[in-house]
Amino acid sequence: MSNSEFKFSPENIERINKEIAKYPEKKPAVMATLYIAQEQNGYISNEVIKEVATILEMTSEDVLGVVTFYTMYFQKPMGKHHIQVCTNVSCMLRGGYEIWNQVKEKLGLDNMGVSADQKFSLEEVECMGSCGTAPMIAVNEDYYENLTKEKVEEIINSLK
Amino acid sequence: MEKIVLPDIENIHILDVYIENGGFSAAKKAFAQTSDEVIDQVKKSGLRGRGGAAFSAGLKWSFMPKTTDKPKYLCINGDESEPGSFKDRQIFEYNPHQLIEGILITAYAIGAKVAYIYIRGEYHKWVKLMQKALDDAYAAGYVGEAMKEKFGTDFFCNIYVHKGAGAYICGEESSLMNSLEGKRGYPRVKPPFPAQNGLWGCPTTINNVETITNIPPIISKGWDWFSKIGEPKHPGTILFGVSGHVNKPGVYELPSGTLLTDIIYNYAGGVPGNKDILCVIPGGSSMPPLRGDQLEGVKMDAESLKAAGSAIGTGGIMVMDEDTDLVKVLARISHFYHHESCGQCTPCREGTGWLEKILKRILAGNGSVSDIDLLITVANQIEGNTICALGEAAAWPVRFMVTRFRDYFEARVSKEVNLKVANKVHSMRHTEFPLAEVKN
Ligand SMILES: Cc1cc2nc3c(=O)[nH]c(=O)nc-3n(C[C@H](O)[C@H](O)[C@H](O)COP(=O)(O)O)c2cc1C
Ligand code: SF4
Ligand code: FES
Repeated sequence: MSNSEFKFSPENIERINKEIAKYPEKKPAVMATLYIAQEQNGYISNEVIKEVATILEMTSEDVLGVVTFYTMYFQKPMGKHHIQVCTNVSCMLRGGYEIWNQVKEKLGLDNMGVSADQKFSLEEVECMGSCGTAPMIAVNEDYYENLTKEKVEEIINSLK
Repeated sequence: MEKIVLPDIENIHILDVYIENGGFSAAKKAFAQTSDEVIDQVKKSGLRGRGGAAFSAGLKWSFMPKTTDKPKYLCINGDESEPGSFKDRQIFEYNPHQLIEGILITAYAIGAKVAYIYIRGEYHKWVKLMQKALDDAYAAGYVGEAMKEKFGTDFFCNIYVHKGAGAYICGEESSLMNSLEGKRGYPRVKPPFPAQNGLWGCPTTINNVETITNIPPIISKGWDWFSKIGEPKHPGTILFGVSGHVNKPGVYELPSGTLLTDIIYNYAGGVPGNKDILCVIPGGSSMPPLRGDQLEGVKMDAESLKAAGSAIGTGGIMVMDEDTDLVKVLARISHFYHHESCGQCTPCREGTGWLEKILKRILAGNGSVSDIDLLITVANQIEGNTICALGEAAAWPVRFMVTRFRDYFEARVSKEVNLKVANKVHSMRHTEFPLAEVKN
């Protein structure tokens, strides 16, 4: 996989161009472009970095610098269902660590672990802005709030 | 009680409903005045920033140069990553058009033709909701070139959403600008300040989402009306987010100066099991914690909280009952700041690591009294010695928690005392705590 080239789909090129149009130069579109790349490729490979750099007229080093600065870009394939558990204070006070341990055990994964079948990956995350509806988990882009152990069990069992 | 930011109007997030309820009439009114007149009203209203530092919004706008050949920019800070804060997402979801209208008025006042709304990456859903509202406002001609015709002015402004990607530090205004420029989100050395040298080296104003959502009512109902709500030195309503050990956690929009105990016991329904409160952090995890026996009479506004030995921050109130393990809480807070330090400054990069390490040692039962002093020493070495205020954000909770709960921490490092007893020891010995000065 590491030798194959990465090219954006024509629809995604169009989306990237829309992002570029928001700014006086191309570089600021890098964050959105990386999201689009991650959506298409599953993660940010070296080939993705090269292609993003070419399109946005940046150096690969600058793109890599952005990728590594932010926690939401992944440099390895993650699970189809990326489970994020918040354990920061407000969640912790309402059982965040119980849920973290429950999910860890259920999936047999540690922080940033990926299951062998690539179905699940797990991440302990910082405050997600759900402190008033704590505890919470997120599965990919979706928040699940006001959780109990039973609800967490149900959510994970429902993931295909 | 009148709500200004999140009014009780059903479906106000829908453009037509917003317009039926007087939406965009404030913008029309503002565009008929000079930009200086608009700034003057916001100054007189007394509106202070809701993003953490409670700085006067009108004064900040007046720092923007009047004559410049460079474009000017407006950034709306919706990074909302401070633990205990979950208010801006309510605006994206329930009242996005008032934010849009506030942006138009602000952009007019400072002379910006482009505004960016920076929203934290994890808020996928709220990015979409905000974008939908923006698309609707564009389609109806309220934003962009078309607004010239709509409002009958020469002024127009484009608004774009910029999505972050998981970095607390990008809420710091200069980090936010670097992030927006497509760089790593490193905070910049100040001065120069954003009004001189902001986005792409151009004059820039940065305001919090809630701050700007207050603007349309100030313009339509008048600065005088606004300045009379709540505490005169920090007027208006504030979105208080209550979390932790309360029966009804959530966001409550209340006049500034509302009693902290009123918010906790009345609005948020009190503490489950009627337990006592050990500790409250009144403004998001960066702010100095208050002891349970310090809450009586504390009012929730910038000046009152400063006098009480804390700060208003983002208005995120975190409540901890008498059985809470404060060492665990503080270790978790310190882990957060260590994790989020961008690593540019040695005191912050190394110091936050030390704080976390020492607290984890105490938590594991291997601490000693000298560790308590060491925590304070390290915190003091971070404070004031860094490029951005994340240094203070990391140091404050430690310094204030340890000094205000000294007896508690001493009990916890003693091998003979377990957690339950430590909590008891603390609640029985209401020691004189040092009301250490809060530098804002
Ligand atoms: C580490 C750090 C994180 C911050 N995060 C946020 C944030 O998420 N949202 C915000 O509005 N302000 C945040 N601020 C404050 C901003 O730097 C800035 O003061 C604020 O956005 C200005 O808006 P205001 O004057 O309307 O409050 C943060 C500051 C620091 C030091
Ligand atoms: S204080 Fe910390 S977060 Fe701020 S610039 Fe320095 S290292 Fe980065
Ligand atoms: S602490 Fe978990 S969402 Fe804020």
